[in-house]
Amino acid sequence: MIRFVQLSSPGRYRSLWVSLAAIAVSLLLAGVVFAFYGVSPLTAYGAMFSGTLADAQGRAEVLRRAAPLLLTGAGLTLAFRAQFFNIGAEGQILLGAVFAGGVALFVPVPAALMVPAVFLAGFLGGGLWALLAAWLRTQLRVNEILSTLMLNYVAASLVGYLIAGPWKGKNVRGFIYTDEFPASAQLATFSGTQVGIATLLLGVVAAVLLQLLLSRSTRGFELRVVGENAGAARYAGISAARVTVLVALITGGMAGLAGAGEVAGIQHKLLEPSQISLGYGFTAIIVAWLARGNPALCMVTALLMGVILAGGDVLKINLNMPFRITDVFSGIILMTLIASEVFVRSGVKVGR
Amino acid sequence: MPRVQMAVTDPPTAPPVLELRHITKRFPGVVANDDVSLSLHQGEVLALLGENGAGKSTLISILYGLYRPDEGQMLLAGQEVRVASPAHALKLGIGLVPQHPMLVSRHTVAENLALGAGSAFFPARGMRGRIAELSSRYGLSVNPGARVADLSPGEKQRVEILRSLLRGVQVLILDEPTSVLTPQEVGGLFRVMRELRAGGKSLIFISHKLEEVLSITDRVTVLRRGRVVGHAVTAGATREGLAEMMVGRNVSFERKRGQSHAGLPLLSVSGLSARSSRGTRALNDVSFTLHHGEVLGVAGVAGNGQTELIEVLAGLLTPDAGQALLDGQPLLGGPAERFALGVAHIPEDRIHMGTVPSMSVAENLSLRQYARAPLSRGGVRDLKAQNALAGREVQAYSISTPGLATPTRLLSGGNIQKVILARELAGNPKLILAVHPTYGLDIGATDQVHSVLLAKTTGADGNGGAGVLIVSEDLEELMSLSDRVAVLYHGQLLGPYPVAEVTRERLGLLMTGGSADAGTAVSGQAAPGAAVSGATL
Repeated sequence: MIRFVQLSSPGRYRSLWVSLAAIAVSLLLAGVVFAFYGVSPLTAYGAMFSGTLADAQGRAEVLRRAAPLLLTGAGLTLAFRAQFFNIGAEGQILLGAVFAGGVALFVPVPAALMVPAVFLAGFLGGGLWALLAAWLRTQLRVNEILSTLMLNYVAASLVGYLIAGPWKGKNVRGFIYTDEFPASAQLATFSGTQVGIATLLLGVVAAVLLQLLLSRSTRGFELRVVGENAGAARYAGISAARVTVLVALITGGMAGLAGAGEVAGIQHKLLEPSQISLGYGFTAIIVAWLARGNPALCMVTALLMGVILAGGDVLKINLNMPFRITDVFSGIILMTLIASEVFVRSGVKVGR
Repeated sequence: MPRVQMAVTDPPTAPPVLELRHITKRFPGVVANDDVSLSLHQGEVLALLGENGAGKSTLISILYGLYRPDEGQMLLAGQEVRVASPAHALKLGIGLVPQHPMLVSRHTVAENLALGAGSAFFPARGMRGRIAELSSRYGLSVNPGARVADLSPGEKQRVEILRSLLRGVQVLILDEPTSVLTPQEVGGLFRVMRELRAGGKSLIFISHKLEEVLSITDRVTVLRRGRVVGHAVTAGATREGLAEMMVGRNVSFERKRGQSHAGLPLLSVSGLSARSSRGTRALNDVSFTLHHGEVLGVAGVAGNGQTELIEVLAGLLTPDAGQALLDGQPLLGGPAERFALGVAHIPEDRIHMGTVPSMSVAENLSLRQYARAPLSRGGVRDLKAQNALAGREVQAYSISTPGLATPTRLLSGGNIQKVILARELAGNPKLILAVHPTYGLDIGATDQVHSVLLAKTTGADGNGGAGVLIVSEDLEELMSLSDRVAVLYHGQLLGPYPVAEVTRERLGLLMTGGSADAGTAVSGQAAPGAAVSGATL
C-alpha cells in the first residue's frame, strides 16, 4: 500500500526538487508520445537541444519566446498568490496589443517618447481588461476563472473587428491587418534577432520589482494575507476588494506589456489574434506555476518554457511533426506540475 | 521525569477488551507517543487525561487507524491487531465520536447514519427501525428525519454516537465530547455514557475538565509529553492530584479574580441590534456598560449572538440599530481604525481569523502594525524592526517556537494563542474583546492567558486599566475571571449580574431559555438543546 504522509515542516528546497522531478517525468511522458508518433525520443530531444540551446539562432528564438512569457508569468504569480485565478492573460495580451497599436498608429507622440507611450498604453489595456473581471468579482461575486477565460474570446473578436474594420490598413490591399507602425514605435532588437531589447529588460526589471513588492512592501504583505487567509484579512481590516483590484491591474498590465512588446517589437502592426500571441497567455500559467509564487523565479521558468516552445518549432520543421506538438508538451508539463503539488507537502510511504 | 504512580489497577478478570503495549509514534522533530501502554476493560469508562500536545490525539488516531505506530502492539480481546483505516477500526468494533461532528449537514440524520452502512437503494429507509431501537435503549433521542444542519451540537453528537453503535462497536472513543455542550447537555451525555457502560460497552473519554473526569469515569490514564505518567482509579483520585500529574506542578482552582477595581464607564452599548451573515436577527436591543478595569463575562450557547456582538464591537459587522461609545466617543470605523483606538480582539477562531497559518511567527505578530512605523516606512517594510519586535514578544510571552520565521501552522494551539495575545495586547488597549480565549488550551497555557488578561485590568497609570469583555462557553472560566456575568440568549442580553449573585446552575438555565427565577424546577430532562436549535424541520 502507498500512502501520503503530511510533512510538518517540508525542507526549504523540497519544492525545487519536486518541480525538477515533475519536469523529468513530463519529459518521459512526452517521449512516449514521440515514440507513438514514430520518432525516437532521443532523436527528438537531441534535435530540440541542438536547435535551441546549442545554436545562436536557436538561443535567440528561445529569448523571443521567453520575453513575453516572463512579463506575463511574473504578473500571474502575483495573481495566484492573491487567489485571483487569472486565466485570461491571453486576452489581456491582446488588449495590450490593441492599446499599444492604437497609440502607435493614431496618437501623435514625439518620437523620443513613443516607445514608453506604447508600453504604457499596453499596460493600461491589459490592466483594464483584467479590472473588468476584478470588478465583476468584487461587486457581483462572478468567478474570475470563468470571466477572465470568457473575456479571452471577447478580446480576440475585438482584435478581429478592428483589423478588418475601422483600423484596417489603407495600404494592405486584401490582407487583414493594420498599417505598419511608424518607425518610432518599432522596438530596437538585438542585432539579427527578433528579441526586443526593451521587452526583455522590462521583463527582468518587472520580475525583480514584483518580487520586492511581494516580500518587502506593505501592499505585498496585504496581498499575501488576503491570498493565504481571507478571514484574517477581514479581521485585520485589510480590504480584499482593494487588493483584488490592485492585483488585477498588475497581472493584466504585465500581460498587456507583453502584448505591446509583441506588436511593437516583432510584428510592427496589429494583425490576427493568433499571430500576436502564440498562446503565451496560457503557457505563462505554467511559467507562474513552476515559479511557485515567486515572480523573480519566472526568469528561470520562462526560459525553460521558451526552450520548449522554440524546441517545438524545431520538431515541426526538422522532424515533420504536427505543430500542435508544443501544446501537447506544455499540457503534459502543466499536468505533472499540478499532480506534483501533493509531493511538496507530503512524503510518500510504501507499506503499512 | 519521575513517574507518579497513584495506584495501578488491573482487575484480575478476562483479558482487557483493548490493550496498548509500548506504543511509540514519532513525527519529524517530536515523539508524540513514547512507550505508551494502557488497557481498557469491558463495561468501564477510561479517561485519557493530558494537556495539549500530551499525545492524546495521536493515540486516538492510532486506535482509530489514522496513524500506524512506529513501535508497539495493539491487542483486541487478547488478539494482536493492526488497524489499517477507520473503516477497518469500525469493522474491528472501535468507534470514534469526533470533537467536531463530521456529518453531511444538508442530509437528514437517517441519511447520515446510512452512509457507508445501508443498502445500495434507499439506504436511509431501512435504518429507521434500528435507529429507533438503539435510541430508546441508550436514551439517545434524535429525530431521524431532521436535517443535521438544524440540530444542536448535543444532538449532532448523539448522531455520531448512534453511527458508531449502528456498526456494533464495543469500544467507543469520545474526543473532548463536552467542549461543545451546555451544562445541561453534558448531563444528558453522561446519562448516555452510563447506559452504554451498563450495556457492556467500553468507553474512552478524553477531556481537559477534571470535574467531568471525576464524575463519569472509572479509571484515569494521564499522559504528559507523550508518556504515560500515571494510572489512577477515579474513586480514589482528587482534582488536585490529577492536575498535578497532568502538568507536573500544583495548580490553583480558586477564583482567580481578586477585588474588582472597576472605574469610570469605558464602553457604553445601547439598543444594539444586528443581523447575522445569514440575514437572521442575531442581536436584539442589547445594552450594557463596561467600566475601566472591569471584566465582564458573556455566557451563552454558541449561536445566540456572541459572535455578532463581538463582530459589531470590533468593526467587522455593521449593526442595524444602536450605538457604542468608547470613553464617550462613538466607536466607529473598520477593524484597523478601532485597533488604533485601543480595541483589541482575540477572535474565536485562531486558525481562520486570528492568524495566517502559512505566514511566519514574526509576520503574524505584525499583522496589526505592519503598515506603521517602526515596522514600515513609506510602504516599505522594515524586516529588521519586525524581527526585533517579534523577538521581544516571543520572550515576553514565552512563546515556544523553533524560530521567528517558523509558520504558525507548526505551533501548538497554546502558542498560537500566545502569538495573538502578544499582538493584540502590544499597544496597551483600552478594550479587550476575548472570545473563547482558552478554548482547547491546556492548564498551563490557560493560566497564562488568564493572568495576562487580568493584569491588563490594573492600569499602570492609575487611570483604571483596560476593560475586558470575555465570551466563553466555559462557565467555570467566566465565574473565575469575571466581575459581572451576562447571558446572551436568542440575541437578548440578560444581566449583567454581579458574579457573587449568580450560580453556575442559574446561568446554565438562562443559557437554555429558563427564566432567571425558575430555580431548580426545570431539570436537565427538558430536552437539552431543543430550545436552542430552534424549529427543526
